[in-house]
Amino acid sequence: MTFDELLTIPPYSLDHTQKAEMLTERLGDLTRLHKDKCEEYARILEGLSFDCADIDSYLDIPFLPVRLFKERSLKSVSDDEIVKTMTSSGTTGQSVSRIYLDRRTASYQQKTMVKIVSDFTGSSRMPMIILDCPSVVKNRAMFSARGAGILGFSLFGSKKIYALDDDMKLDVEGIKAFLEQYSDQKILLFGFTFMIWQHFYKEMKKLKNEGITFDLSNAVLIHGGGWKKLASEAVSSEQFKASLHDVCGLSEIHDYYGMVEQTGCIYMECECGHLHTSIFSDVITRRPYDFSVCDVGEKGIVQVVSTIPESYPGHSLLTEDEGIVLGEDDCPCGRKGKYFKIIGRLKNAEIRGCSDTYADKFK
Amino acid sequence: MTNIEKYNNAFMESFEISAEDLPGLKYQDIDTWDSVGHMTLIAALEEAFDIMMDTDDIIDLSSYEKGQEILSKEEYGVEF
Repeated sequence: MTFDELLTIPPYSLDHTQKAEMLTERLGDLTRLHKDKCEEYARILEGLSFDCADIDSYLDIPFLPVRLFKERSLKSVSDDEIVKTMTSSGTTGQSVSRIYLDRRTASYQQKTMVKIVSDFTGSSRMPMIILDCPSVVKNRAMFSARGAGILGFSLFGSKKIYALDDDMKLDVEGIKAFLEQYSDQKILLFGFTFMIWQHFYKEMKKLKNEGITFDLSNAVLIHGGGWKKLASEAVSSEQFKASLHDVCGLSEIHDYYGMVEQTGCIYMECECGHLHTSIFSDVITRRPYDFSVCDVGEKGIVQVVSTIPESYPGHSLLTEDEGIVLGEDDCPCGRKGKYFKIIGRLKNAEIRGCSDTYADKFK
Repeated sequence: MTNIEKYNNAFMESFEISAEDLPGLKYQDIDTWDSVGHMTLIAALEEAFDIMMDTDDIIDLSSYEKGQEILSKEEYGVEF
């Protein structure tokens, strides 16, 4: 199956058997493609004595540790075909992943994201408030994961405004005018978890005490980028939602999980509070001692597979996150596919995530 | 201003280029038409023709010529 064919299928419509068959075919094709086009990848497979003919299931395909994209420059296209290099978010002094995109893979990423997000927000574009500062997308040469996230989601915005200035101060007047202008429309809010908490929620709470309030009851918030910092301040997902609802009436809130190494395949949180895999990707939890596949409900290291990457060998990766697969095809929200939760980072893992790397400055 | 003039202006102002650069121009051909520049172009086109484009069309608008084809579609009704 080609990726363009995959794009015609609704993103949460395949059950376990249909999805496994599709993933085995597409990820098998990608494994063979990268073996042919990427010398380093071919050598890794050789080192593992892995034969592509042995792929009975996509679960058999080797996974590369995400760290490898920091240490090695891995690509399956020639340099003149590369149109964009994406970098992971990293704290100061940390090395960053480099992900090489050609036109085709970059376009697949955008199309996939539109399919996934539209399933939650509807396909029409909305006036959008970006809960970040404008300078994040200005440095084009070094495109960070944070800038890429904002830009990716900007597709869903019709008119846009940044809620923060470059000193991360809330633009109260600007937001007020924007909300007045679009008072009859649903508003899209997008940002990273810690920035929202630190610079939006805390500021609004203060303003509320001064008698200044915003009504965001007709808005939807999408946020991502890691919970580590908020977890350390003992702010849970439930509390995050309840607090935002309390200060501005916001009730529709979706967290998402994703990483720059597999941009496009994000995992959106549904109305029941579960992160969902779409048909474009899957999450497999593995036991740390032998990397066998965990049972439903058992904590393990998260492996992610994506049907998108053709320009770099990142279709099967082992993350440094721990998670639990909660079930498959039977979430009360009605979406098919696995649903899961992320517990946190493995011990001694580097700090990652657009939210957490930024939060590292607030120690 | 004619529609083609409005269309060309959106490109020239968004990417800081001149009219002779337009024919055959494709996404990512020049530094200014990157993913940031692309959203600037979309905003300029929407403003110029008072339309709101679908997300799929925003992604598909991959060249100067393709953009004319998309805007000529019934839902936007721009005639060149």
